[in-house]
Amino acid sequence: MRNMHLSLLLAALLAAALTGCGKTETPASSSANPTANSGTSDELVVRIGASAPLTGPQAHIGKDNENGTRMAIDDANTKGVTLGGKKVHFELLSEDDQTDPKTATIVAQKLVDAKVNGVIGHLNSGTTIPASRIYNDNGIPQISPSATAVAYTAQSFKGAFRVMANDGQQGKVLGEFAAKNLGAKKIAVVDDRTAYGQGLADEFIKSAQANGAQIVTHEYTTDKAVDFTAVLTSIKGKKPDLVFFGGMDPQGAPMLKQLRSLALEAKFMMGDGGFNPKFIENAGTASEGAYASLPGIPLGQMPNGKDFSQRYETRFKQPIQLYAPYCYDAVNVMIAAMQKADSAEPAKYLPELAKTEFEGVTAKIAFDEKGDLKGGAITLYQVQQGKWQSLQTIGGAPVAAH
Amino acid sequence: MRVAFSLRILLDIFLQQIINGLVQGSVYALVALGYTMVYGILGLINFAHGEVVMVGAMVALTVSHFLLAAGVPPLLVLLIALVVAAAVCMMLGYGIERIAYRPLRNAPRLAPLITAIGVSIVLQNLAMIFWGREYHAFPQLLPNTTHTFGGAVINDVQLVIVLVAVLMMAGLMLLVHRTRLGRAMRAVAENPSAAVLMGVDINRVIGLTFMTGSALAAVAGIMVSANYGIVHYYMGSILGLKAFTAAVLGGIGNLRGAMLGGLLLGLIESFGAGYIGDLSGGFFGSNYQDVFAFFVLIAVLIFRPSGLLGERVAERA
Repeated sequence: MRNMHLSLLLAALLAAALTGCGKTETPASSSANPTANSGTSDELVVRIGASAPLTGPQAHIGKDNENGTRMAIDDANTKGVTLGGKKVHFELLSEDDQTDPKTATIVAQKLVDAKVNGVIGHLNSGTTIPASRIYNDNGIPQISPSATAVAYTAQSFKGAFRVMANDGQQGKVLGEFAAKNLGAKKIAVVDDRTAYGQGLADEFIKSAQANGAQIVTHEYTTDKAVDFTAVLTSIKGKKPDLVFFGGMDPQGAPMLKQLRSLALEAKFMMGDGGFNPKFIENAGTASEGAYASLPGIPLGQMPNGKDFSQRYETRFKQPIQLYAPYCYDAVNVMIAAMQKADSAEPAKYLPELAKTEFEGVTAKIAFDEKGDLKGGAITLYQVQQGKWQSLQTIGGAPVAAH
Repeated sequence: MRVAFSLRILLDIFLQQIINGLVQGSVYALVALGYTMVYGILGLINFAHGEVVMVGAMVALTVSHFLLAAGVPPLLVLLIALVVAAAVCMMLGYGIERIAYRPLRNAPRLAPLITAIGVSIVLQNLAMIFWGREYHAFPQLLPNTTHTFGGAVINDVQLVIVLVAVLMMAGLMLLVHRTRLGRAMRAVAENPSAAVLMGVDINRVIGLTFMTGSALAAVAGIMVSANYGIVHYYMGSILGLKAFTAAVLGGIGNLRGAMLGGLLLGLIESFGAGYIGDLSGGFFGSNYQDVFAFFVLIAVLIFRPSGLLGERVAERA
């Protein structure tokens, strides 16, 4: 009998440990066998590693990233690229980091061991930051399409870049917009405690306060939660006129729905993590009037943006979720640098990468000394009649991260 | 005047937190019953139970998409979806028992625990292949009217959740305590070999136990999806873990314990998330809500090692 009690206690502890890490599934990696296709002698095989969550709550965004990356690689293969007089065959090694920082480091090591020439990833700041150390130690250049936490490039790793404005820029714009344009006086903030959610929420708070708004409460959730009623009820008691959520759409959509069913009439705002069609689909009519931002100017206004989204939809039979265009640009920036250096050797093309001047589908891409996107513009969107409509594009002027 | 006003708000919020906790707790309780029934009879923790909840929700989603497209009225869709989901889950529950647990019935206790985790992983990945990796919006099948009493709000879906949970639990108590099958279940729980000698078909009883638990899981799955409006292949794991916690809290193997544990866990979470920040002066935030719930569980297990209401059905019946 005593043993039984002990085992129940153990089981309870086990349960606690399991919710802590949140994942019980095995990694489902979709990488090709790296030894399978080493190519013929006159063909140079260049391996591009990519990593995003391909399972778990953010799998739809992760798959979108993979699609964007794959499209760029296939385009390059069709077009034909020659480096050092050899025809290049680009190969994609895509790994699932499960949104989990620990898994991200394992996956990063796996990509390093597979001798990738560069990495496009990861999706989340929480996975990008721990993985970046491994890439840096092995001298592999990394371009994240979507990690926006200031801390990522603040490590001053030589090979770490991103093709998206950081949260310092984004949070500043969001906070200013909430306080000034929307006239919010009392703001409640929720974040999901990931590097991204936390970082964006902190920058938002700084900027909102600087513009005269009062932060009435700061509550927390996780990136696995679906029930927010308790936290929202507590927020309701503080009577905010705007609720800001630093996190991704799998939490944002149900949160907004629950907010409305608690009869809380505050405005709702998210960062880039909320800007996708799934958010509207899942929040339903509650999504009407919600705000979100996305670095860059609207895709439809970019010279090649429309063409890209049409090709994407034809190929993958679904609309772009979120970061696919950024992944597409990230790959092209990397390949352009390789072409300039006429080599896929990381040490040789890295200096060219830092000097990038590239007309992408999302923006004109150039990096500052930290690896951040130079002068990234940020566009604010609102859900109107069941669709994300762009409201205004702010900036282009570079903003100091700290 | 101002004091009275803010007291009013505090009271409204308190009431709202109770409602939040009850709704969440009802779902936990329904799922916890599935864990506890199996544990009561086999002494086995069926870790795949959370995935059965997910499959129930997914099947209901597919059925309702299909029927709504055919123009069937929403309430009828809900009923048909419920019946189909329950039937699929019952088959699934029976299948899991038949394939993963029956061959191991006399094996060491650790073996079926491992197969349980294995089944759970298999189901999750199969669901990912069948239904895709993204979130699905669950259609609005019940009218979304909200009722206010005091300053608290409850909507139709939530009312239905609490009512259905109470009805299901009452039905289950009747089944276990007033029917032949229930008597057989209690007999197998008390002493399987003696039950066989008394002419109880033990495989049939265990199979039916799994099916009953799975039907409850299907109902819970539909309730959760209707409440949050989203369905995901991943939804079963955390819910299953929480429900397991609820079952242990109430005393695993004990039906009343599962109900009590579920409701309590729902309330603890809701009060934890709602008040922990204000009460600790901001030292602990609402990010500690899960920690808080597990802390309560561990505290209960230290002082009452077999849970709040004790252990097995049979010892109390």
